[in-house]
Amino acid sequence: MIHHARHQKDQPILDVSELSIRYDGRPALEDVSFHLNPGESVAVVGPNGAGKSTLLKVVAGVLRPTTGRVTVFGSGPAGHVCIGYVPQRSQVDMRFPVSVADVVMMGRIARLGLFGMPKKKDWEFVHAALETVGMVELENRQIGELSGGQQQRMFIARSLAQEAELMLMDEPLAGLDSPSQEGLLGLLGELQDRGVTVMVAIHDLDQAARYFDRIMLLNHRLLAFGTAADVLTPEILHHAYGGKLRFVEGRAITDTCCDGDAHDGSD
Amino acid sequence: MTAVINWLAEPLQYGFMQRGLVASVVVGIVCAVVGTYIVLRGMAFFGDALAHTILPGVAVGYLVSNGAREPLFWWALGTSVIASLGIGAISKSGRIKEDTAIGIIFAGMFALGIAIISTVRSYAVDLSHFLFGNVLGVTPQNLVWMIVFGGAVLLVVVAFYKEFLAISFDPILAATLRLPVNVYNNLMLVVIAITVAVAMQAVGVALMVAMLVTPAATASLLTRRLPAMMMTSAMLAAFSGVIGLYASYYLGISSGSAIVLTATIIFAIAFLFAPRRGLLRRAK
Repeated sequence: MIHHARHQKDQPILDVSELSIRYDGRPALEDVSFHLNPGESVAVVGPNGAGKSTLLKVVAGVLRPTTGRVTVFGSGPAGHVCIGYVPQRSQVDMRFPVSVADVVMMGRIARLGLFGMPKKKDWEFVHAALETVGMVELENRQIGELSGGQQQRMFIARSLAQEAELMLMDEPLAGLDSPSQEGLLGLLGELQDRGVTVMVAIHDLDQAARYFDRIMLLNHRLLAFGTAADVLTPEILHHAYGGKLRFVEGRAITDTCCDGDAHDGSD
Repeated sequence: MTAVINWLAEPLQYGFMQRGLVASVVVGIVCAVVGTYIVLRGMAFFGDALAHTILPGVAVGYLVSNGAREPLFWWALGTSVIASLGIGAISKSGRIKEDTAIGIIFAGMFALGIAIISTVRSYAVDLSHFLFGNVLGVTPQNLVWMIVFGGAVLLVVVAFYKEFLAISFDPILAATLRLPVNVYNNLMLVVIAITVAVAMQAVGVALMVAMLVTPAATASLLTRRLPAMMMTSAMLAAFSGVIGLYASYYLGISSGSAIVLTATIIFAIAFLFAPRRGLLRRAK
């Protein structure tokens, strides 16, 4: 059985202090400190290779920091099953022979325990999660038959089935057309209404400003963390991106090389 | 009608044919179910390498036991488990590219095995049995061990179904669910190692990879859910075992190659004609 770490309610849902992590001697993140309040939504922005994915994985308890500390409700993330990680679609083999319901049920595995089979309650969680993301009628589809936006929604449903209180998403909008992007961003608001704290790596600064409570600007170090008005100032952005920032039709686009499938070089 | 029955029954008057038939079905099913994960996780090269790497262990056992066949199962099993965990550890070390490291070890160990066997005078015949299998040489005692260990492998795959699924589909999810991912990865390596030992006598080290990947690959063309893929893979492999063995008897060809060829032909048919993913369907 998994032993769930106790949540100390007087502690912040996420507290990161003086976090550093190195790969092969190169620093991916240096001296990052911040904390999140329950129920808030945070967009993590920064140039390619800034360490956004790395930060999410450390917070998830998948990677260990070289120095510094991450705590979730007062204890290390590796003891918690309440942290949902929504992967980049390109990191998952979509030809895998599983249905949408199979994938969402995977979120329940920790609660089923060793040799445990899904019970009625677990199926109720799966159906409720699929209902939230609007995919009940697709539950028997093989995952490769879904559109990109549907695949992303399925992974969010999986985190809901996991009963995640902190949801981490690595470039969920990458490679989606703009209606799917808007739909997904709307869904994030719905998650927030349920009290889920969300932390999302994202490229489009305009979307970050419109849909999230706070913006975290990262480039190996934490350059700024606050409301859009505080963070998206010309000086701070120039400091983060140098000359690489483009403005397209009045929107700041941070991804300078190619389509949304481009991935952080740091991992 | 009686002609058909006679045709089917004739080989079965021999004890070695009966045992061979049961052995090929058991080996087929176990390899096919474990092979599902080998195909999904892209471990075909690992499986091939592992099979070849056990040859020196089998060769030493062969010398130590003066050519007796029965102890070879245990030698194969021991070497296979050690080699599997060893290759698994080397793959993670990251100094040399994974496939290069595996290639070096497997070719070196294979050469060592051949060198050891070549010190024996009658080596050509025995070597060919190790390389290509001799399912008709399975003793009753061998068969019992194959069934016991094969059964254990299937039991583990069923018992840890959801854990194996999670670590194979999305290792990061498995980590956030706080599953001991390394423990399950190593358990899977041990399961593959036992499968290789069980199958060694039937198909030999050189043809092993075919039993591990071919029926599972065929099943992947025909199914969309993992349990269905496992069942289909197992049925195709058992069918290949039976057809292959009859082909071997009536055509006078080596049993291991007959089984593998049957499985390969079935794959080719599925590849061309599969309802959703076949070549012809996609060409339309």
